[in-house]
Amino acid sequence: MIGGDGEIAFRSRDERGPFRCPRTRKSADLGEIRANNWALAAYNGCVTQPADSNGFAIRTDHLARHYQMGEALIRAVDGVSLEIQAGEFVALLGSSGSGKSTLLNLLAGLDHPSAGTVTVLGKDLGRMGALELSRHRNQTIGMVFQSFNLLPRMTVFENVELPLRLAEVSRVERPKRVQEALGRVGLAERVRHRPGELSGGEQQRVAIARALVNRPRVLLADEPTGNLDSRTGEEIMRLIAGINRPGDGSAATTVVMVTHERPLAEQFTNRIITLADGRVAHEERP
Amino acid sequence: MKLSDLNELAWQNLREAFLRNSLTTMGIAVGVASLVAMLSLGIGLQDMINRRLERGGLFDSVIVRPRVDMVRPGEQARNRVLGQPPPAPEVPAARLDGDARRELAQLPNVVEVYPEFRFAGDMRLVDEGRLTDVTSLPVSASTNDAFEGMLGHFFSSPNAHEIILQTDTAESLAQIENKHAADLIGRNIVLRYPGREKLPAESGNAAPGRRNAASTSTADEIMGFSVISSEIPLQVVGIVSADVVFSGGGAFARAGAFLPLAVAEDLRVVQGNDTREVIGNSLANAGEQYATLTVRVDRASAVPAVQDAVRNLGFATFSLLDLTRSLRRVFAILDLLLGIFGSLALAVASLGIVNTLVMAILERRREIGVLKALGASDRDVRQLFFAEASVMGLAGGAFGVLLGWGIGRTIQFVTAAYLRQQGIPAENIWLVPWWLVLGAMAFSLVVSLAAGMYPAARAARLDPVEALRYQ
Repeated sequence: MIGGDGEIAFRSRDERGPFRCPRTRKSADLGEIRANNWALAAYNGCVTQPADSNGFAIRTDHLARHYQMGEALIRAVDGVSLEIQAGEFVALLGSSGSGKSTLLNLLAGLDHPSAGTVTVLGKDLGRMGALELSRHRNQTIGMVFQSFNLLPRMTVFENVELPLRLAEVSRVERPKRVQEALGRVGLAERVRHRPGELSGGEQQRVAIARALVNRPRVLLADEPTGNLDSRTGEEIMRLIAGINRPGDGSAATTVVMVTHERPLAEQFTNRIITLADGRVAHEERP
Repeated sequence: MKLSDLNELAWQNLREAFLRNSLTTMGIAVGVASLVAMLSLGIGLQDMINRRLERGGLFDSVIVRPRVDMVRPGEQARNRVLGQPPPAPEVPAARLDGDARRELAQLPNVVEVYPEFRFAGDMRLVDEGRLTDVTSLPVSASTNDAFEGMLGHFFSSPNAHEIILQTDTAESLAQIENKHAADLIGRNIVLRYPGREKLPAESGNAAPGRRNAASTSTADEIMGFSVISSEIPLQVVGIVSADVVFSGGGAFARAGAFLPLAVAEDLRVVQGNDTREVIGNSLANAGEQYATLTVRVDRASAVPAVQDAVRNLGFATFSLLDLTRSLRRVFAILDLLLGIFGSLALAVASLGIVNTLVMAILERRREIGVLKALGASDRDVRQLFFAEASVMGLAGGAFGVLLGWGIGRTIQFVTAAYLRQQGIPAENIWLVPWWLVLGAMAFSLVVSLAAGMYPAARAARLDPVEALRYQ
């Protein structure tokens, strides 16, 4: 990565000389990319947002999310301050209603904080408009859900292609990217199948491929093994761990995962944050 | 999202609830069909009437009369009260004579210029006669509706000594020999008419009375003329049932017999305005003039320009185009009413779209949540629902136009069959112009988009956290 730019760094290892996009093989001016075509360069994997200047992928500062339910004020998340380093694999543990999923939604930009700030890759989500937030969900993060949330009428290919459509990636580029993502989860042969024709584990793999297809820097997973048997759950955890620290030398992906299963968290993650009543109750490094 | 992706996703979504979406689309199709059927009938009727009127030569003609700047009683006093000077004509009144006729024929867009002669004539068969109104017809009148299905034929040439009789006249004339009207065709009759003859100068001088001698210096005609009973043999070539025929100058001619214009002109029949010549006291309106000239213009749109040009020559003009303006307004209102009735069905169909899309939001709540989690903006979701509405609108519009065309054709077919049964020639009362096809489809699209507005806004507003929680 080229340091000192503060906002943009290259995935290219060639730190000297003009930047050359690995996909297009064209050199480009840094300022030009930033000014005009940052998003496109990001899709192409030519540039990416780094962690902030201190190396944090995610920071929350006294983050709170309160709901008014009739007379009662529900403090789902109540003053959580967290710092997650780029490349970390963090598990959020806690009982039902402890605020894990709400915290994850706040990191995803799906929910808005009542107080405090949430910063992802150096950008304060609270200052983003609706359009910017949707771009954040599309390009910066990938989301995996407990119930997979694949669209049943679409094939595996179409499901994985969906974030590329939303990012307006060209039709020529898409098949390659879909195949690449499905290859990472080991389902490159199942492109024509519909979700209903796949097992639970396979469906979750497709969902992970969909989350990875836009090459996000942060993966947010909400109980990804919750609907799976223990063996399949372990397979999925292994897959996510592989995404977190790929063996091929490519960049690490920061992973934040909500889970109920402490043994899996202890086996695969490098930090466990336990929440209770919307607050951080305990932190440990297995 | 790109438009092509939006459309693809919209099609996928619509295919999912195929029956429901097809029924909604058919609802729109029925709405568009009723609109197209109604408007095509309105347009067809308007077109039929326009066609008939144009064939009648009503709207491409300018009637020219000599302008008479008369002193109107009370006008001077009125102008004095109002403090206005009497309006002075910009162009001096001109004589509507042979020179004027040639001059008018030279004007741009003018096809022909012809006078009209009307007189009471006595048609004689054997020794008996029948008095009737006789009028002249130009050759161009042969395309007139009145001669459709006539007995016999139209004048064989512009100068033929032939006559066409109206049915009543023919029957009355045939009774002289106790025959049928149809038997008259090919028969020779004699037409007796009031001929005009110049007064010989000496006879004029000898005539008693107070003749105005002030203007005798230039034209003998001013002195007057004698009316002499004259005759011409004519062959009956046709019998028409209509007694009202558009003949030109007099707009509608109610006549018992029709003569070729050139023949009538040669007769030098005494005309009503001839008396004005006799009393004329200035050169402007003295001498022999036509009572009216009809100027036929190549197209109705050129009529106002020709009218202006004719007025600038010093004549008074009149055209029926002014009257068509109100006729057109009536048709515009008729089309509007038909369009409103036709649109009612489309309005009902649009409620179907609202219903279908609102149902789709409820069913696809979770899916909308997933789309938003994957990075779909509010605009993407809104556009997706708009795309679904517009696909239904366009498909419904296309089917509707076809259906409306079919309904129109059926009505046309049934009407034609009914008219034939009643012994009336079938008429084309139905017309689908290309703009109606495009307009109906565009209207259907607009209505569908309007109907999709509320569901689309509702879907876009959906909270993704809530939507993802929905089972």
